[in-house]
Amino acid sequence: MDFDLSEEQRLLKDSVDGLLTDSYDFDARKKYMKEKGGWSKAVWSKLAEQGLLGLPFAEADGGFGAGGVETMIVMEALGKALVLEPYLATVVIAGGFLRHGGSDAQKAAHVPGIIDGSKTFAFAQLEKNSRYDLHDVTTTAKKKGDAYVIDGEKFVVLNGENADALIVTARTKGDRRDKSGVGVFLVPSDAKGITKKSYPTQDGLHAADITFTGVEVDGSAAIGNPEDGLALIERVVDDARGALCAEAVGLMDESLKETVEYIKTRKQFGVPIGTFQSLQHRASDMFVAVEQARSMSMFATMASEFEDAKERAKAIAAAKVQIGKSLKFVGQQSIQLHGGIGMTMEAKIGHYFKRLTMIENTFGDTDYHLRRVTDAGGLV
Amino acid sequence: MDLAFTKEEIAFREEVRQFFRDNVPPETRRKLVEGRHLSKDEMITWWRILNKKGWGVSHWPKEYGGTGWSSVQHYIFNEELQSYPAPAPLAFGVSMVGPVIYTFGNEKQKKEYLPRIANVDDWWCQGFSEPGSGSDLASLKTKAERKGDKWIINGQKTWTTLAQHADMIFCLCRTDPTAKKQTGISFIVFSMKSKGVTVRPIQTIDGGHEVNEVFFDDVEVPYENLIGEENKGWDYAKFLLGNERTGIARVGVSKERIRRIKDLASKVESNGKPILLDPAFREKLAACEIELKALELTQLRVVADESKHGKGKPNPASSVLKIKGSEIQQTTTELLMEVIGPFAAPYDVHGDDGSNEAMEWTAQIAPSYFNNRKVSIYGGSNEIQRNIIAKAVLGL
Repeated sequence: MDFDLSEEQRLLKDSVDGLLTDSYDFDARKKYMKEKGGWSKAVWSKLAEQGLLGLPFAEADGGFGAGGVETMIVMEALGKALVLEPYLATVVIAGGFLRHGGSDAQKAAHVPGIIDGSKTFAFAQLEKNSRYDLHDVTTTAKKKGDAYVIDGEKFVVLNGENADALIVTARTKGDRRDKSGVGVFLVPSDAKGITKKSYPTQDGLHAADITFTGVEVDGSAAIGNPEDGLALIERVVDDARGALCAEAVGLMDESLKETVEYIKTRKQFGVPIGTFQSLQHRASDMFVAVEQARSMSMFATMASEFEDAKERAKAIAAAKVQIGKSLKFVGQQSIQLHGGIGMTMEAKIGHYFKRLTMIENTFGDTDYHLRRVTDAGGLV
Repeated sequence: MDLAFTKEEIAFREEVRQFFRDNVPPETRRKLVEGRHLSKDEMITWWRILNKKGWGVSHWPKEYGGTGWSSVQHYIFNEELQSYPAPAPLAFGVSMVGPVIYTFGNEKQKKEYLPRIANVDDWWCQGFSEPGSGSDLASLKTKAERKGDKWIINGQKTWTTLAQHADMIFCLCRTDPTAKKQTGISFIVFSMKSKGVTVRPIQTIDGGHEVNEVFFDDVEVPYENLIGEENKGWDYAKFLLGNERTGIARVGVSKERIRRIKDLASKVESNGKPILLDPAFREKLAACEIELKALELTQLRVVADESKHGKGKPNPASSVLKIKGSEIQQTTTELLMEVIGPFAAPYDVHGDDGSNEAMEWTAQIAPSYFNNRKVSIYGGSNEIQRNIIAKAVLGL
């Protein structure tokens, strides 16, 4: 048992932290946000140059064959710096579908573009009434000869505007909430019949609502079994949940650090407000919440490699519950301890809070995952 | 990062578990499961079994009878002990005064006391808290005055756990009344049978008798019973309190209690079906299990860190253990109360002898709930723990 990073992992952490310290201060972030689609191509290229976009891919596919710990390291660092670039959508999610379900031809066609930074992806999954259920899919993919015709609407697709290609969940058979009959399709963003409505999200990212009207793709667009893709979707989304847990830990670390720094320097009644016990105890409780979250983020990272899918899902759900509780407390109290200044767009702390809040509601909130852990019989 | 236990560690866990299965007296285990108090004889019998196996003072240095286990092995041992459950070794001797004696005591003291601590030939109690000195321990007033080759001790201690059984006490006494408060304290040990020692029971809200007031009235103690140097007692007390960093989380205790909750909740009905099937109850229980998993991992992080880098600098995460550990223990007792509902009420003051068969399944649940309020108070209250995090970790 060992919770330390290996030498290579430490080097990775130093290099990604170093890169973001150089190119991702708060003012730079504001500029990146105004670029097309809400993030910086120049930063993305730098991430590619450092090899960060190729981490999880097998060496045979041109990657580094890194595991969950490496993704955790990167996501924590991206969280700390409030990074806008589509690492989750492209490397973790699209990369995950290709790694876990892609054919050799699909990998050969798409992995190099991810690794060299020339292509980004988006995951078109959420529907108007599906909420957090991955099997609740009304978008259809109807067979037409060798091809599929996709019809439906997807919402809040992160990186939807800039993505070169979309990973779309669509039903090939069955009823809306059937667990079988859901497939995964790789659709070029410029395919005929796609319309997008793009917008910035609360946390400064960009997303799009995307309508598919008779979008035709050929049979090779299906990743995995088009009639039974739910296990693959759950596998990849579990990876994404684990990555979000790590991002949240990075965000919480920074929130706590900023808040402690603030109450050490902000003076009222002639003394730093951090000398008041009620504020000290609040900050201590934030520390406890962050450490409990860090432990569960590590647990999620380990669990992503569990062979038993049920155990994996339960463990990652448990992690998301702890992260959700911790992030709400740490986020809210960071604003409270900053006082009025915490309410302003000008201060960085509010942006941490906003990103943390959106993470809670991505791929299942606290109540949703608590119910999953409960239904799975708990952990003891 | 590698969270798997090694093959050797897994085999060790099995060895420990098997030893408990073969050697813990069933009646002792049953009483612990039901939250009952054990008699002095029951505890001593078990501790001597443990000591005979060579596991009585497992974390002591080998030369004094310890095992030489790794931090991970200690963790496994404690977790198995707590979740079997079997009585933990008597902390006052084994975890508190023992390490102070082998670290700061002289050769004569080591020879005289250590083997008797290991075999519980002496039952030790702790003379720290006083009526006016709780969290502010260094304000203590019990006085030891030197007269020739003796100390004359006067004063009062309180919250003295199981002093009614004790043969020996280790006591913080003020020996230099002129020094500033932390610097005039000495660490003195003496017999509870000494003339002038009076023990008065305190009945706690659970109806039980665990703690006592202890009065010293011109108690004469040989000078050589001073441990270490005169007026350095505060340093030894800090050493003693800092020694127990990871056991305090009591993850095994909470696991065992969650298993009991599930067992009872599958038998007790609400709305015509077992309360375990009630969605609101189940979610509360699952939430507690998740908190416990997070705590277990936090504890493992501390253990792995100690195992790899030594115990020198405490891992900042260790401050979390006391706060979360006590909160979770309290939550589990609350959930047990919820399970038995209206049957929490019957008052079974003689419950420890099992005399009231009718209340067998609910006995001790309410008392255990009341009793467990102590866990966020003792060992440095959770508010003191928050002060420690604020100062030592966050630099506030």
